[in-house]
Amino acid sequence: MAEAAVVVRDAVKLYGGVVALDGVSLSIRDNEFFTLLGPSGCGKTTLLRLIAGFERLTSGAIALHGQDIADLPPDRRPVNTVFQHYALFPHMTVLDNVAFGLKMRGVGLAERRRRAGEMLEMVHLSGFAGRFPAQLSGGQQQRVALARALAPGPRVLLLDEPLSALDLKLRQAMRVELKTLQEETGITFIFVTHDQEEALTMSDRIAVMSAGRLQQVGAPREIYEEPVNRFVADFIGETNLVPVEVGAVAGGLAPVALPGGAVLQLAAAPGSEGRHHVSIRPERLRLAPSGAGQLSARVERIIYKGTDLQLVARMAGGGELHVRIQNTARADLPPPGAEVGLVLGEGAARLLAD
Amino acid sequence: MAAAGPAPGAARGPAVPGDRPLTLPLLLPAWAVIGVFLVVPVGLMVVYSFLTQGFRGGVIWEFSLAAYDRFFLDRGLFGDEPPRLEWTYIAVFWRSLWQAGLATLTCLIVGFPTAWFIATRPARSRTAWAFLITVPYWVNLLIRTVSLRFLIRDQGPVNQALIALGLTDAPIQMLNTDFAVQLGLFYSYLPFMVLPIYAAVERYDFALSEAAADLGASRWVALREVVIPSVRPGIVAGCLLVFIPSLGAFLAPDLLGGAKTYMIGSLIEDQFKGSLGNWPFGAAVSVILLSMVLVALLFYARNQAREGRA
Repeated sequence: MAEAAVVVRDAVKLYGGVVALDGVSLSIRDNEFFTLLGPSGCGKTTLLRLIAGFERLTSGAIALHGQDIADLPPDRRPVNTVFQHYALFPHMTVLDNVAFGLKMRGVGLAERRRRAGEMLEMVHLSGFAGRFPAQLSGGQQQRVALARALAPGPRVLLLDEPLSALDLKLRQAMRVELKTLQEETGITFIFVTHDQEEALTMSDRIAVMSAGRLQQVGAPREIYEEPVNRFVADFIGETNLVPVEVGAVAGGLAPVALPGGAVLQLAAAPGSEGRHHVSIRPERLRLAPSGAGQLSARVERIIYKGTDLQLVARMAGGGELHVRIQNTARADLPPPGAEVGLVLGEGAARLLAD
Repeated sequence: MAAAGPAPGAARGPAVPGDRPLTLPLLLPAWAVIGVFLVVPVGLMVVYSFLTQGFRGGVIWEFSLAAYDRFFLDRGLFGDEPPRLEWTYIAVFWRSLWQAGLATLTCLIVGFPTAWFIATRPARSRTAWAFLITVPYWVNLLIRTVSLRFLIRDQGPVNQALIALGLTDAPIQMLNTDFAVQLGLFYSYLPFMVLPIYAAVERYDFALSEAAADLGASRWVALREVVIPSVRPGIVAGCLLVFIPSLGAFLAPDLLGGAKTYMIGSLIEDQFKGSLGNWPFGAAVSVILLSMVLVALLFYARNQAREGRA
């Protein structure tokens, strides 16, 4: 494993009496695209601002490449930030904005112009050096902000929801571009977002946060397919949370009784007997004739979503199930009111801790 | 004002934007105000400055350049000897410029941190602080200036306090000094510096300061490179709002400065006071002062236009 770029240990941040960060510990590897993902108010931005130095830890420690930086002011930290609303200096040209960090490091005029020019070339804005930020579109401003943050050559780049102000098409294009840029430069990216799709697309690893705590840290596939708790399962993608009765755990497995009586053998932690939930992704459920499959339900409606159709069904116990069906122009979908069976593929259900 | 009466087109129903017949009547009040309170007085002033001095004040309606001649030239323009520059009044102007400039600088040094403080308070207390800044303005400027006189005179409370504290044995003379004039100007015009800067700082995006720090700027460098350029329109407006009235001020120099610190305002005032005045000369000095202010404003406008293009 590569050397850790950023190590956060037991980070606590209080604002007045409000807990923004409640004992977060994590280690971010060098050259990693690391995403802090969570709903607003989960503490992800606070954590980013703590790494940048805009906020001071209430307790805990932050180290950057082995050096404790908790007491360094932001101007002395070798990290740079791409701000959510770009925070470009309105009175400076694009070139001067990009060259600002180099100027602060005492790089001479000619040299910093040259390097700022290279940065602009990298973000495809060479022709815009003499413009002012107000004369650029949102996407262009975003690129300038990126070039400005990369110009001083940081080993760790912090990105605070940088794509949230862009429209969908541009956002999707920028995702690919950011990921490519990160791979080419080898800089550690710490990326904050509330958009789970964004996180899944770009990240090497994701830290899911909620209520000031880390919920799960892992690769996108792990986070999506093996969520450790209800919050993660629910927040990442779409899922069905089905109430179940867990029997005696033996050898890491337990019989899990689904509503309707079918019993599955699922991985379970010792002591997790009793009422719990399993997570079943909508794309892992397959329609079957009534009576077949492990679950049965009555179709309520079918929602047309373009690439997919979403079938909403209700189980006998009252719980709702969403089933994703690829839109292959089949005409044989069950009509609303029909009884259907639902087949769970191998590994489709995952028992969750609460 | 007759122009403010019901307009001929008013009976035709509600005004529609772009309804041209109504535009003229609606503009008339504004034009009337500008005409009555701006064009006519300034025009009168310019005309008077080219008239002949009347006996015991007033003017004689006869064209004359005597007022300007007196201001600029030592010997008459039409005398036998070649004309020479007259320094007396230019010196008064120079002293006024200097005093007004210094007062502006003092107001800026004190006003900027004050405005910054107010603008960075929570939204609710911000309004209260800005309001407090304006409270002294409920009292007439003359009364406040006279009060300052009492405060700083030799037997006044300031000197008494200094003596009581053992900081000085004899009263320090403050009244009738440049210091007193500066104090008067500073006290009179400080809010005009604070309020525009406050408005600018309130609109300032503090993420810019974070961005500057993030890129390695210390607090002072960030202030110089990012904050001040961003709030510069407020600073320029504040400086003009202090500098211009300070230049023409006569209460502070008259009541606090004494004879030594004769300024333009007092010079003009004296020309219209009592029977010894010289109205054309007073008008000419006013025209010259106004021209200087206009030059300052033109400079400001050009500055703003450049800012607007940016």
